[in-house]
Amino acid sequence: MRDTASYLELEADAGLSATDLHYAPGRSRLIDGLTLHLPDSGIHCLIGPNGAGKSLTLRLLHGLLTPDAGAVRWRGDTMSASDRVAQAMVFQKPVLLRRSVAANVDFVLKSRRSADPTFRDALLKRVGLEGRNRQPARLLSGGEQQRLALARALAIRPRVLFLDEPTASLDPNSARLIEEILCEERHHGTLCVLVTHDVGQARRLADSVAFVSVGRIVEHSTTDAFFRAPVSREARAYLSNLMVL
Amino acid sequence: MQSISEALGLALGLVISADADLFEIVRLSLYVSLSATVLACAFGLPLGALLATTRFRGRGVALVIVNALMGLPPVVVGLFVYLYLSRSGPLGFLGLLYTPTAMIIAQTLLITPIVAALSRQVLEDMDREYAEQFRSFALGWVQRVQALVWDGRYALLTVALAGFGRAVAEVGAVIIVGGNIDHLTRVMTTAIALETSKGELALALALGMVLMTLALVVNALVYSVRATATRSAYA
Ligand SMILES: Nc1ncnc2c1ncn2[C@@H]1O[C@H](COP(=O)(O)OP(=O)(O)OP(=O)(O)O)[C@@H](O)[C@H]1O
Ligand SMILES: [Mg+2]
Repeated sequence: MRDTASYLELEADAGLSATDLHYAPGRSRLIDGLTLHLPDSGIHCLIGPNGAGKSLTLRLLHGLLTPDAGAVRWRGDTMSASDRVAQAMVFQKPVLLRRSVAANVDFVLKSRRSADPTFRDALLKRVGLEGRNRQPARLLSGGEQQRLALARALAIRPRVLFLDEPTASLDPNSARLIEEILCEERHHGTLCVLVTHDVGQARRLADSVAFVSVGRIVEHSTTDAFFRAPVSREARAYLSNLMVL
Repeated sequence: MQSISEALGLALGLVISADADLFEIVRLSLYVSLSATVLACAFGLPLGALLATTRFRGRGVALVIVNALMGLPPVVVGLFVYLYLSRSGPLGFLGLLYTPTAMIIAQTLLITPIVAALSRQVLEDMDREYAEQFRSFALGWVQRVQALVWDGRYALLTVALAGFGRAVAEVGAVIIVGGNIDHLTRVMTTAIALETSKGELALALALGMVLMTLALVVNALVYSVRATATRSAYA
């Protein structure tokens, strides 16, 4: 485990890094000098209050948004098209195709020219949706939709997996299932960048925690260090409210 | 001039006895308008998809034009096609004037903007919803359009039906380029116009009934397509 200081000083070419990102559509400076260096594997959490810019940060890291200034790099190089292809994202609100459960996964597999029903069924089983192949995806419950979105992301066999509150609408058992999947992914060397409001989840899963506040990372340290002794005023305020509860 | 009730009785008789003249006219109507619908989809759908998924200079103007063309008066389309196909027109040598082909061309021109504009709307709404997810999947443009068309299949089917409904009910274009020639280019709407002016209300009413039934069937189809789509949340 790295200590606090080493996360902040992690070499910019170690894995996924964002340097001094700015994103200001219109006049509002939504992302304002955000710097974040992540290693090339493990589970790393972004936490912070609503509207802090966590979802925007994921979009910038994934390349869905182009920063006005600053750069996102993968192992020291600007993100290439083939780097992008090896990334997947589970959105805060899942966007499912107007097709069956199985067809949603097949769509991704086919787009990568690797249609494989056995693999698809294994993925659906892994997220607890076995036997639901033919059901229309948009009739699934909110939590089931979220799990299908995860299965679809895993179909990409991602090198980097972005997850925006993937367990927010899940029951405890389903949430635990997702957490197990993320741990397996970590074991396979995937880099998982996870936005969560579930502090317990961050504690259980994360190798490091970055705290987002008004468009920047105000603190980034190992999970232990972060929860033992948060340094920034913002993180302390956020956590102290939780302690009261 | 017959009384209305007398004419209605005769008309029902024609429909029930499957009168040969009546059915020849209905068959030609369906042939012309279905062909025009297929062609309008072949041109209008790709145009709609292009407008929905690409951004270029002048796109706003193109959208306004396509939307305005939706309201094109059939007689104007008829006149336009007539000028091209008449013997002294640029395509006069083809000898197509007063043939079913000319009628198909006119109706195709009439409803292509409808198919293009409506499918543009369908595909663009869906594209907006899917855009981020598709970028995340790193899809190419072709894959993206294919997915949109497939996922919009129910809505696009109702677009095609709307085009067909408009084509089969119009009279202005086909009467100008078809000429309403008996056994050759006489379709339901032109026959109704002619028979009515001759005071032959029975055939006119019989055709009117068929046309109304067709309109009902088309709307029932649209309704059931929508219902099917909604039931599986594919709408
Ligand atoms: N396209 C946009 N245009 C203008 N403002 C935006 C846009 N996208 C996001 N914002 C604003 O940026 C801020 C950060 O949004 P973001 O979605 O990243 O928050 P978040 O940290 O993910 O919050 P939550 O915990 O509620 O999901 C919000 O105030 C939001 O209103
Ligand atoms: Mg968010």
